[in-house]
Amino acid sequence: MVATYDAKTDYKVIGSTPIRHDGMDKVTGRAIFGADVKAPGLIWGDLLRSPHAHARIKSIDTSTAEAMDGVFAVLTHADFPQADDKSIDAGEGTVNLRRGQTNVMADGKVHYKGHVVAAVAATDRNTAREAARLIKVDYEVLPAISDVDTAMAAGAPAILDGLVGDHLGQKVENTNVARVFRHEFGDVDDAFANSDLVIERTVSMSMVHQGYIEPHNATAIWAQDGNLTVWSSTQGSFGVRSQTAGLLHIPESKIKVNYVEIGGGFGGKTVAYLAPVAALLSRKSGGRPVKLVMDRQSVFEASGPAPGGKIRMKIGVNKDGKITAADTDLILEAGGYPGSAVGAAATCVFACYNLPSSRITGYDVLVNKPKSAAYRAPGSPQASFAIETVIDEICDACGFDKIQFRLDNAAHEGTRRGDGVQFARVGLEECLTAAKESDHWNSPLGDAPAGKSRGRGLATAYWMNGGGKSTCDLMLQDDGTVMMNEGSADIGGTRTSIAMQAAEVLGIPVEDFHPSIPDTDSIGFTGVTGGSRTTYTTGMAAYNAAHKLITELQHRVADLWETEVDNVSFADGTFSANGDSIGIQNLAGKLDPTGGPATATASVNLAEAGNAYGVHICDVEVDLATGKTDVVRYTAIQDVGKAVHPQYAEGQIQGGAAQGIGWALNEEYFINSAGEMANRSFLDYRMPTPLDLPMIDTIMVEVPNPLHPYGVRGVGEVPICPPLSAATQAVKNAVGKPFYELPVKPGRILEAQNGI
Amino acid sequence: MTTNSPSKVHVTTTINGQQHELLVPPYMSLLDTLRELIGLTGTKEGCLDGNCGACTVSLDGRIVDSCLVLGAEVDGKNVDTVEGMATPEGLHPLQQAFLEEAALQCGICTPGILVAAKGLLDNEPSPSEGRIRHWLAGNLCRCTGYDKIVRAVQKASS
Repeated sequence: MVATYDAKTDYKVIGSTPIRHDGMDKVTGRAIFGADVKAPGLIWGDLLRSPHAHARIKSIDTSTAEAMDGVFAVLTHADFPQADDKSIDAGEGTVNLRRGQTNVMADGKVHYKGHVVAAVAATDRNTAREAARLIKVDYEVLPAISDVDTAMAAGAPAILDGLVGDHLGQKVENTNVARVFRHEFGDVDDAFANSDLVIERTVSMSMVHQGYIEPHNATAIWAQDGNLTVWSSTQGSFGVRSQTAGLLHIPESKIKVNYVEIGGGFGGKTVAYLAPVAALLSRKSGGRPVKLVMDRQSVFEASGPAPGGKIRMKIGVNKDGKITAADTDLILEAGGYPGSAVGAAATCVFACYNLPSSRITGYDVLVNKPKSAAYRAPGSPQASFAIETVIDEICDACGFDKIQFRLDNAAHEGTRRGDGVQFARVGLEECLTAAKESDHWNSPLGDAPAGKSRGRGLATAYWMNGGGKSTCDLMLQDDGTVMMNEGSADIGGTRTSIAMQAAEVLGIPVEDFHPSIPDTDSIGFTGVTGGSRTTYTTGMAAYNAAHKLITELQHRVADLWETEVDNVSFADGTFSANGDSIGIQNLAGKLDPTGGPATATASVNLAEAGNAYGVHICDVEVDLATGKTDVVRYTAIQDVGKAVHPQYAEGQIQGGAAQGIGWALNEEYFINSAGEMANRSFLDYRMPTPLDLPMIDTIMVEVPNPLHPYGVRGVGEVPICPPLSAATQAVKNAVGKPFYELPVKPGRILEAQNGI
Repeated sequence: MTTNSPSKVHVTTTINGQQHELLVPPYMSLLDTLRELIGLTGTKEGCLDGNCGACTVSLDGRIVDSCLVLGAEVDGKNVDTVEGMATPEGLHPLQQAFLEEAALQCGICTPGILVAAKGLLDNEPSPSEGRIRHWLAGNLCRCTGYDKIVRAVQKASS
């Protein structure tokens, strides 16, 4: 079934704000998250991690640890089977199985500080930790490469043994540049030569972390019959299954991954760091259940942050306010193994503008930092910061109105993205218009107290959103309620936003739904909760399953009333035929003579999704003596397609904006001369606290996605992108100096003011 | 002292109004005492260094990070966790307000924030927005941007 937008507006459920089905468990402490899992005979694991950012492992001596009382198993890479040298889909990016295996446990070389070298299973957590400390590792320490310039310099030592880079189709050995690729159309150089103004800047940014409050965890039981049971906090149970199978070289069908609640992911919980290790520890411990929970320092040092890097951005413009050409080099840190978000950055970088010519060159660069992973619109925030910084400067230089200039150059239906894809209906112009008409944009900045200065910034950004595979099962129960199984991890109320889409079709109140997220043996394949795909894609599966259920029930009604199925119509929750009618919930208890329970299941695999745009306005107040920046007013405008549950959609926008504000003003991996992250705690890696933010106002624009029956677009990711530039331009506006490096922290502001 | 030491500390404590008699390893945090010995897993581990607030509990009416308190320290004291907030009659007004105002997304910080917010409202029934933000500054939430959390606390205040 191909669902397309049906232009209906008189919704009963869509657009309402029911309380989420899992809410009661989550406010009473009953919800079971990964670390809460208990199993009879549970023992604990712990990991030994590299103290060096770059080193060869000369030897590992596990004998003392193995001899310690209470230790059941000690593991090194030698205990892993050979993994296939192939890449598999991990939901938001791919995992090369052989490299993925050496990322979860180093094989001969450590690529970043915190890289796992060995693992232990013991009676309890403290014993496991003590035993891990008894493992002796002899390292040959190598120079750490901490930034892309050093990594790309001639003669730089190669981090990954055997890496053959693909540089615009050329195979290159002994390199840290895993991939160079290019998207180009039009005559960019000629367009620059004929432009009235060309501005070229290079911006840079540090690695940042998703900062989910729940650390990674996994519990595994590898039973003697070869069946492996896993509980792990993840954005996608099927991803844990496929990665664990691939890394351990066993069939996926031997693994069952149970759903547990997930304490935030933002892209970072798409990679299975712990499940394969917990599994091997369990097997080596005679099938005992083994639990692993990462500590916070390791989450920072050795999970999958978002890449820092450098972006060169060159834009040409004519006096009439039209962009002539754009050219960028996107150079992003992959971390210790290939695979940064640079591909997605290239997709997004020019997607807000309708450009006559453009050239995008992407570089995926290894450095001695943790292997980067997805973080909320991976690659787009960095790209947005680069282009919006230059656009802001063009507007200032030419006296263009910052919204009108963007409207005059806005991407719209038919525009080709920089990588060639042509847009269907998109809502950027509507967002810009809403910004232009907003109370915020039309209100004065207000006076700052003595010693402080206020400024305003505006920025736009894009995220393509995801589709992919999802499954939903519906079962109508005798009492008229609906059991619903769906495969998407619920990180922000998606059980409810998915159920609402089936409820709308069936005419059954969403409060009468009982949504469950089953284990991987009990639901059809469903991709990760990522790419802003869940409410759109799994919601589509629920919509389709509901229509199948109605078709099934029309046959049942025909049986009951001894009429032809074609005579049975359905509208507003009621079946009618030949002057008789019955509500769907009344019908539910009368199905036994027609063949028993009525169920329906639907799976989808959606190739496309609805593109998302956001426009953010940020007011800051900068303390001129200390450089401290307070965000004093914030408005996020976004095309959501259709807000299924407006409160939850708004929450996504507010949360994304908050993360982006942190990225802009505070957050960074501060790397010292030894290649270590110096600020590896929540005290020093300072994410916004309640005290650091104002209320975040939202304006939701609804330009329906033509690919979805209710017009739904993904909402979760794009809101993290505009704040990087919106906040930075606000500081520029306040202090009169431009900033090309993130974060725009107090020290940088003072340096800029003092002309250092 | 090794973790296999047989010596444990005898602790009598009241948790959510119920008395417990425990033998607590001397190195064990209150967080692990609650989660591993009592089985109250509503209190969450986020950082183990007192910076995220996910493990917030009330100790004799004062909010603390339970990862920074030893289980052995709560002898003779009252500990209140998120599991003790609701009564047989219904949810605490804060819990109800968090549901109605959509003040949680993933839910991992929610128990700590609820306990912390209760600590505020028990002493100051009508705090200002600024006071709420200041009071909750020890509790990190990465999902919501705090807007709906602050509104929920305002809604639950009198």
